[in-house]
Amino acid sequence: MYNEKSSYEKVKAARSNDRPMGGFYIRNMIDDFIELHGDRRFGDDGAIVSGVGYLDGIPVTVIAMERGDSIEERMRRNFGCPSPEGYRKALRLMKQAEKFSRPIICFIGSSGANCGIDAEKRGQGEAIAENLVEMMGIKAPIVSVVVGEGGSGGALALGVCDTAIMLEDAVYSVISPEGCASILWKDSAKAPEAADALKLTAGDLYNFGIVEYVIEEKDRTAEEICSALKKCIKKEIAKKQALTIDELLDGRYNKFRKIGNCE
Amino acid sequence: MSSVKEVLGNLGLLDYFAEKRTCKKCGAELPYPAFRNNNMVCPSCGAYQRMNAEERISLVVDKDTFIETNANMESKNIIGFPEYSAKLKKAKKDSSLKEAVVCGTGEIGGQKCALFIMDSSFMMGSMGTVVGEKITRLFEMATENNLPVVGFTTSGGARMQEGIYSLMQMAKVSGAVHRHSESGNLYIAVLTDPTTGGITASFAMQGDITIAEPKALIGFAGQRVIEQTTGEKLPKGFQRAEFMLEHGFVDIIEERKRLKYTLTRLLELHSR
Ligand SMILES: [Zn+2]
Repeated sequence: MYNEKSSYEKVKAARSNDRPMGGFYIRNMIDDFIELHGDRRFGDDGAIVSGVGYLDGIPVTVIAMERGDSIEERMRRNFGCPSPEGYRKALRLMKQAEKFSRPIICFIGSSGANCGIDAEKRGQGEAIAENLVEMMGIKAPIVSVVVGEGGSGGALALGVCDTAIMLEDAVYSVISPEGCASILWKDSAKAPEAADALKLTAGDLYNFGIVEYVIEEKDRTAEEICSALKKCIKKEIAKKQALTIDELLDGRYNKFRKIGNCE
Repeated sequence: MSSVKEVLGNLGLLDYFAEKRTCKKCGAELPYPAFRNNNMVCPSCGAYQRMNAEERISLVVDKDTFIETNANMESKNIIGFPEYSAKLKKAKKDSSLKEAVVCGTGEIGGQKCALFIMDSSFMMGSMGTVVGEKITRLFEMATENNLPVVGFTTSGGARMQEGIYSLMQMAKVSGAVHRHSESGNLYIAVLTDPTTGGITASFAMQGDITIAEPKALIGFAGQRVIEQTTGEKLPKGFQRAEFMLEHGFVDIIEERKRLKYTLTRLLELHSR
């Protein structure tokens, strides 16, 4: 089922400049998308594109990390690294989705949360922490898809969900392989070894039971991948919509509760 | 007449008094009790020294009330990470702890509560599956028994040697914090030096009330990472408790000598 790339080749594929990010999936999967801006607290973060639209006729809320294409757009979107106001915008739209009983789809693909001085001043840690705790209680189905690099806490802030899906060449890790190699072995050139050690591929996470589905990429165009992903999301949303709210939230709690159960 | 040395030796206290500590800030070298009897604050310059779990418990928990839970849970090399097994072994030996957090129940000023106390002497207080599991169980137990939680954080963040499992502990603990909060129970987070990375981005910032120790380093991104990424010089006092208070992310900065008193008042006010 999986292609022959090494872990680090997958990291590079997940990051590659021409890999489709959240915006692509919105354009190709969601009908009549209307972007909704701003966190109502500070500003509007270009690294997160969010709004409402239809998934084959079902109203949905979509929250996507996006790094942009041109260099100007990438600057404006901070290369896809969200700031606190991006996470707060995401949470605002999730609460809105809850109000209207709308399923939520999150697309994750970013090297991580913005690590700048201003982001710290505005509470980057608090913004992520708030999403983790609040998403546990959002009374609407949440499907999260890692489409690119799932970089640590900044990715997890859109990753508390009922169903987790990864694309085959996407990665999801607690730390970048370069960061890991430079901290542990004082040598960022050992990133390929770190990538292996971290077990960050879609196949690894599927084997750990941390993601429920892996969408194959090999020999498929971006459009074909998108259509396979859409089918998977639709099926999962239908399954989760059939549950009572208590069943839904218990399921979400237990999905994470069982990870790394000890003794 | 026997010497002081002999008396202490007979009481098994010789090591205790002989052990010297060096202040991390001014370099003053003083016997351990000089620090211990001063809440691990340097008697010479007033700098806060990092406290281990045992010192922290004796600072805030009423004498003989602390009962540890899940004391024997130990980490495994869950993803077979190179050198991790040896590191765990060394951490256990050096810290005399089994993991980077101690959990249990106890009383603070006569108020019963559930407590977690992180300890940075075990692998920088990093969170792997055992730290996540112990804190999750503590919140679940507190929810079941309608107990407030008082938690002391100190951590370098997620433990990278446990890969994605360590990241997922942030979500796991957050779930338990959510249920505890929904049940109407109080959670006080006490942030001590240093509280960074995935701990700041999860349960350190999820308290109903957030207390910080003076000058404690509290932040998400590491300072070196920020400097390297932005090329900017960090402002003075950046990511310190006072900075966090100024920017609205901490309720109270409390001195160690008043910490127990403040916790007691808050617990009393919320008693149910
Ligand atoms: Zn000193």
